[in-house]
Amino acid sequence: MNFIHNTKAIFKRELKAYFESPVAYVFLVVFLMLTAFLTFAVGRFYESGQADLRGFFLWHPWVYMILVPAAAMRLWAEERRSGTIELLLTLPVTLTEAILGKFLAAWAFLTLALILTFPVLLTTLYLGNPDIGVALAGYFGSFLLAGAYLSVGLLTSAMTRNQVISFVISVVVCLFLLLAGWPPVTDLLIRVTQDHTSLNWLVTGVASLSFMPHYESIQRGVIALRDLAYYASVIIFMLFATHLVLENRKAA
Amino acid sequence: MLEVKELHKQFGSIHAVNGVSFKVEQGEVLGFLGPNGAGKSTTMRMITGFLPPTSGTAVVNGHDVITAPIAAKNQIGYLPENAPVYSDMTVVNFLRFAAEIRGFSGSARLRCVDAAIEKAHLEKVRNQSISTLSKGYRQRTCFAQAILHDPPILIMDEPTDGLDPNQKHVVRAMIREMAPRKVIIISTHILEEVEAVCSRAIIIANGRIVANGTPAELKTRTDSHGTLEDVFRALTLGDEPLRKVS
Ligand SMILES: Nc1ncnc2c1ncn2[C@@H]1O[C@H](COP(=O)(O)OP(=O)(O)OP(=O)(O)O)[C@@H](O)[C@H]1O
Ligand SMILES: [Mg+2]
Repeated sequence: MNFIHNTKAIFKRELKAYFESPVAYVFLVVFLMLTAFLTFAVGRFYESGQADLRGFFLWHPWVYMILVPAAAMRLWAEERRSGTIELLLTLPVTLTEAILGKFLAAWAFLTLALILTFPVLLTTLYLGNPDIGVALAGYFGSFLLAGAYLSVGLLTSAMTRNQVISFVISVVVCLFLLLAGWPPVTDLLIRVTQDHTSLNWLVTGVASLSFMPHYESIQRGVIALRDLAYYASVIIFMLFATHLVLENRKAA
Repeated sequence: MLEVKELHKQFGSIHAVNGVSFKVEQGEVLGFLGPNGAGKSTTMRMITGFLPPTSGTAVVNGHDVITAPIAAKNQIGYLPENAPVYSDMTVVNFLRFAAEIRGFSGSARLRCVDAAIEKAHLEKVRNQSISTLSKGYRQRTCFAQAILHDPPILIMDEPTDGLDPNQKHVVRAMIREMAPRKVIIISTHILEEVEAVCSRAIIIANGRIVANGTPAELKTRTDSHGTLEDVFRALTLGDEPLRKVS
């Protein structure tokens, strides 16, 4: 089928492009060092006396907030800056194929980074008896979270030909989506607005858009349909918006 | 056959292309001439499906670029202005990617890439990263991408820009050689090139066609029966064309 063939061709090109530049290796090293540092040094993994991965996955939303926009910023902005978008979009591929191919390639790259954190899992297995089911759910939740961040980064990358601008906007949007549902922030907002029921609704409404509650519930080992549907709708919405942005672009 | 019907493109207040219509038959090489900013590239971008027209359309061997964009793109080989190419790839990998998207697989894919490399004289840089190529070699790589699938319609925006005299000669010879089997449109600022390869030329100024005819016909359009350059200046410097042809 043409759709799969073309998406695959773009996927392969894009994934290879990551490894053609040193940026991919820098990315992987920074990701691994940062998660290890936060887990073992800041999170006091050994001192906590618990052999589980909670202290590891706790940091993922924050690490991804910086690193995923960095991995995504190139995807469309560079095509626009260098003019190759004119080549790509005059080849017989649809915009949907191009967007999906790029998205899946970047997601595969992020998944590779996640898989390379396996020594952390091995350490907990060595130290104690963690619940494997919960650990795998944790990995799965982190994988979904990376996809959701990535879809935001893909959209901001399509909006500009400047990678730095894409990065900054994407970090801001992700930070918003994160904080909106982060208990310290929501608790504060609920306290501030408790006298105004209408505002209270707004706070919970915005909070329900956030990645955070869905991420945390999967981290507890529960993979609910509600959370899967949430991630799927965020990703589809962002890819759809990317399609709109690229369709209505005035030039390269 | 390529038929362009009443194309318009508006960028805000700029009317970049203002009612351009023409037909090109197989065997013709159409030269697109016009001063900087006349609307040549914009017209080509609309024909190749990169920019949506504000109104009007183009029909490529029976496929409308608006309603059947993929079928139309399958008919076209396109060399965009400034020859954009993926600089993180090697020449051969870039061409293999284009061939894959063009629907070639297996040994057919390798063969068509090798043939394109040979035609564009890229053997020497075959495995070199595009980021390290000189401008002329980038141009040739993008040219190879455009002819790879032997398209019935070939659209090239300033194909000899940045090439050395030998390569200019090679590209012109190739255009002449391919011409009988294809519809070819090239834009250029080199007027000798028009006389060397084009069977017909369109001069476009401020988004409108101001002349359309064979190079010989166009030359009769100044009173002094001068060169193509005189005609070009006369038609595009003043506000109004001197006389209407066809
Ligand atoms: N994306 C855009 N946004 C706004 N204006 C544009 C855009 N692209 C082109 N234009 C304008 O449209 C007009 C036609 O541009 P075009 O690139 O088609 O010219 P051209 O004939 O190819 O010129 P050149 O010989 O310099 O290549 C110019 O006035 C240009 O400034
Ligand atoms: Mg141009």
